[in-house]
Amino acid sequence: MSEMTYLEAISDGLREEMRRDDSVFCLGEDIGVFGGAFKVTAGFHEEFGAERVLDMPLAENIIIGAAVGAAVEGMRPVCEMQFADFIACGFDQLVNVAAKLHYRQGVAVPMVVRLPTGGGFSGGPFHSQNPEAWFLQAPGLKVVAPATAEDAKGLLVSAIRDPNPVMFLEHKHLYRRIRGDVPEGEHTVPIGEARVVRAGGELSVFAYGSTVAMAQQAAEELDEDIEVVDLRTLCPLDRDTILASARKTGKVLIAHEATRSCGVGAEVAALIGEEAFEDLDAPVRRLTAPDVPIPFSPPLEQHVLPGLDDMKEAARELLAY
Amino acid sequence: MSTRELRGAAETAPRMRSENLDRRDRANLLRYMMLMRASEERALTLYRQGKVPGSFYDGRGQEAISVGSSFVLGPRDRMCILHRDLGAHFVRGVTPERYLANFMGRAGGVTRGREGNMHFGDWRLGCIGMVSMLPDMAAVATGLALTFKMRREPRVAMTYFGEGSTANGQWHEAMNFAGIHRLPVVFMLENNKFAYSTPNELEFAVDPVERAAGYGFPGVSVDGNDVEAVFEAARVAVDRARAGDGPTLIECHTMRMHGHGAHDDMSYVPKELFEEWEQRDPIASYTAQLIADHGFTEAEIDELRESVKSEVDEGARLALAQPMPEPGEAVEGVYADEWQPLGDGNAPWSRWRDTAPVNGKGRVS
Repeated sequence: MSEMTYLEAISDGLREEMRRDDSVFCLGEDIGVFGGAFKVTAGFHEEFGAERVLDMPLAENIIIGAAVGAAVEGMRPVCEMQFADFIACGFDQLVNVAAKLHYRQGVAVPMVVRLPTGGGFSGGPFHSQNPEAWFLQAPGLKVVAPATAEDAKGLLVSAIRDPNPVMFLEHKHLYRRIRGDVPEGEHTVPIGEARVVRAGGELSVFAYGSTVAMAQQAAEELDEDIEVVDLRTLCPLDRDTILASARKTGKVLIAHEATRSCGVGAEVAALIGEEAFEDLDAPVRRLTAPDVPIPFSPPLEQHVLPGLDDMKEAARELLAY
Repeated sequence: MSTRELRGAAETAPRMRSENLDRRDRANLLRYMMLMRASEERALTLYRQGKVPGSFYDGRGQEAISVGSSFVLGPRDRMCILHRDLGAHFVRGVTPERYLANFMGRAGGVTRGREGNMHFGDWRLGCIGMVSMLPDMAAVATGLALTFKMRREPRVAMTYFGEGSTANGQWHEAMNFAGIHRLPVVFMLENNKFAYSTPNELEFAVDPVERAAGYGFPGVSVDGNDVEAVFEAARVAVDRARAGDGPTLIECHTMRMHGHGAHDDMSYVPKELFEEWEQRDPIASYTAQLIADHGFTEAEIDELRESVKSEVDEGARLALAQPMPEPGEAVEGVYADEWQPLGDGNAPWSRWRDTAPVNGKGRVS
């Protein structure tokens, strides 16, 4: 084990996979000599060379499309979107080519798209989005969203080894704020498995990405019997873990930074409503951003992003229900 | 630039006589074009009989382009084939049975009913099936070529698109990236004069082949109805790509002789334009060329025509005998359990004859 930041853990996982397997390569904007906008690939150019740390022109469809072509020939491309928001410019290749190729033609597309997500630093409407729900309507994509350094490495390695296109959501707010012990060398976290972060009996909080640490802090500060479940994978959802927790506590709060309507929270709530209705003791609640773009000015942005106080208030209300 | 000016450029070219084809190659080129024509005619009949769900698309009049260009490729080369290019599927080894079964949504079609009409590519033959969004496959072909370059393998990717696609931003993204890295990819641009109903003069201000210079690689125009002219242009481009000298854009002037789909009556096409291109039919003109310049006899041509007819008859019979897919299969196969390597395609050109695998029976042996 060695302690590292969430960002260092992503770099570590990527570097180890590139050392292990010659077919793994990175492509994205400014990832070479510059090391990427967030420095995830700092030092990679020196170690692996320009060809495997491929600086791409400012054109997201060719980043995704070229990765598809490489993947079907047996490479393991890892695309970096400079910000998750820019996947909108590569969406056609992603949802029409990459996601559907196995279903339509029986051709596996083993590729990863790394997506720096999330707000909290005045990035404004185009550098702060949480686009996970876009991907959940495109069957054929897998979607993971780690909340810890250990999972960031383990899920990235699993994503690279998966034979499908995997969307890897890395929250920018966690990059240097979250630290943890990360296994050195070989470390994988299975795609499709949620993790019970904190066991409890009175309320289940389902979170992922930026809201996991917030949920843990809320549970500790409230000092109540709250269970916190980190979903970790958004597609495919770990239905068993979600339903087991909901059935045990009978009260559910789903927390994410992405906007509200038709989001992960809606899907988890529907799952629980369909499968665990008889076990519920309170209406399922969601804590999310409202359905607005993420604004720039700090007071506006803080107003829309779910915070610790919002989380504690929602938990208190559910516990008292 | 008017449609008339573009048309004129191709009209003046004399028919090409390639130095790189033997007698059997020429018979194969003609036979693959005939096989495409006859298979599409059969598919259209099946469509009119109500046996083809959805819509129907073909490449009538454009047979020389897909046949002449794909004929150049070696077994390990890869293709992304589009909807006017059935000939390339046949050259690589798809059979009329699997093509017709795909149109009819049968269990034994190339996509097992997942995809209709020309939206297929047989990965066992090194082909990645197209999507409707154009020219998305140009980016995918570029990624294939990137892989060949990274692995130092002397292999080539080839893809097609119509002139309509050159208006889309993804066309620029693919050309630009291929040019930057001098990737081993050949872009076949089929200028069939209309993007659905929109004529050339409303598609671009300058012939898109001229843009190649801006991307740093050659752009050449050929008569797309002259199969040996297409073959020669593709041969030069493929050899160049294989030698590490980068991409080529080949514009093939042709005319779409059917509507965009079977539902399209082509009322927007001037009658004279249609009649003029009818005189330049790629199959009739190549047949005449083989007889006049290469000593083929009427009897040999008839024999080719008969063998094609019986192959298509047999393919249709087998395709019609196939079951429809089980409905429950619709929810399977969204995700892959493992990656498997693409297979290699047929390579019937005499240059490859001793090294190529033989899939299907579609060629003259």
